[in-house]
Amino acid sequence: MKAAKFDYVLAESIEQAVAALAAGNGDAIIIAGGQSLMPMLAMRLATPATVVDINNIAQLSGIEAIGGEVVIKACTRQATALASPLVQMRLPLLAKAISHVGHQQTRNRGTVGGSLSHADPASEIPLAALAMDARVSLRSVAGTREVALADFFLGPMMTARADNEILLKVHFPEEPDGPDGSRMGTAFHEVSERHGDFAVVAAAAQIQLDANGRCIKAALALGGVNGVPRRIPALEARLRGTRIDPDAVRAVLPEIADAITPGDDQHASAAYRRRVAGVLAERALLEAVAEAAP
Amino acid sequence: MSQREINLSINGKTYAAAVEPRLSLLDFLRDHAGLTGTHVGCEHGVCGACSILFDGVPIRSCLMLAVQADGHAITTVEGLCNEDGAPGPLQDAFQEAHGLQCGYCTPGMLISAQALLAGNSDPSIAEIKDAIGGNLCRCTGYVQIIEAIQLAASRLREAGQ
Ligand code: FES
Ligand code: FES
Repeated sequence: MKAAKFDYVLAESIEQAVAALAAGNGDAIIIAGGQSLMPMLAMRLATPATVVDINNIAQLSGIEAIGGEVVIKACTRQATALASPLVQMRLPLLAKAISHVGHQQTRNRGTVGGSLSHADPASEIPLAALAMDARVSLRSVAGTREVALADFFLGPMMTARADNEILLKVHFPEEPDGPDGSRMGTAFHEVSERHGDFAVVAAAAQIQLDANGRCIKAALALGGVNGVPRRIPALEARLRGTRIDPDAVRAVLPEIADAITPGDDQHASAAYRRRVAGVLAERALLEAVAEAAP
Repeated sequence: MSQREINLSINGKTYAAAVEPRLSLLDFLRDHAGLTGTHVGCEHGVCGACSILFDGVPIRSCLMLAVQADGHAITTVEGLCNEDGAPGPLQDAFQEAHGLQCGYCTPGMLISAQALLAGNSDPSIAEIKDAIGGNLCRCTGYVQIIEAIQLAASRLREAGQ
């Protein structure tokens, strides 16, 4: 199908973009990489009055390390992030997640900020960013605010970003290997129909161990099992301070059951998703621990 | 809605046009530039038949607006021919190795393969599968497509020596 008519604003600055969103009064939509919006326009699931193009705004692309965090600007292409040494070295979980996102044709256009804003419950970048305790900066004509990803995802394709706000950048706290010998390990696993498809279920784990192999920090996030990507705090709390081995992981896996509410759809049944969530969580946790082990 | 002027380069030739913002780049290439080698499959980013090179990297032309191509350089499947218009090395290899049946997916497969071989003259089967992972083919079963890309790669290596 063909998109319905709309007005097109090619924003050359962040100020122009937020002004166009404000003028749109809720009926203007941002196009970044277009990998989710273009299908929605073609199928007329989205019929905005105005499309605001942010691809020409230079301040919206780039990756930099500033003050203990790595900042990825919203319009940075997924392919650029995947190839970035900064991402590979300092945000290994994000690199692992992006390697599951789409295909070369879609990663060359699709953006990091676009994936977060679109908030498909089965997409990989939101899941990794949630496990990494990332934050996003949002800007409207009224000013800029920051939102933790834990508070950002409200439901399938629904986020805390208001219609008049633009996602500027994503802040990832750096978790470097400590001088005290602490080390970080990460793992990302998913089941999908084909490589590059959206996940049926996905698991992201990030574990920090001290020099003696005890867990200082544990993060486990699951996707495809709720309307939003979900951390499993009860499981994380039980792993902290312990020495994580296969028996320890198996002992805490039951915490997942209460935290997830998977549904049935054409891809998988709820029961299958529950089962796979446990399997992938176990695999991701053990692999992250092995990577972090001194 | 008002039309917008765009200027872009396609296969080394400059095109200027006035287009509606809602026009996809895919429809522009076929209906306005007359380059029907690029195929319309699903029109929503699933099949890869519409793949083109955009500033040298493969993308899906159904997932871009024509206005977004203003000032950019595009290569379509027509641009993979030799200068005299005869099939280029990849196209020859697809023909010889039976890398196509109905031909619907072929322009996208050729573009993905072109992008792969531009940066990797000796791709493994896994690398080839990854490169064409975003292109669906309903006829060949993919095996002959992979063989065609291997054939083209080996010829390009020989020619380069
Ligand atoms: S027509 Fe573009 S991906 Fe199918
Ligand atoms: S040759 Fe028919 S779809 Fe590939």
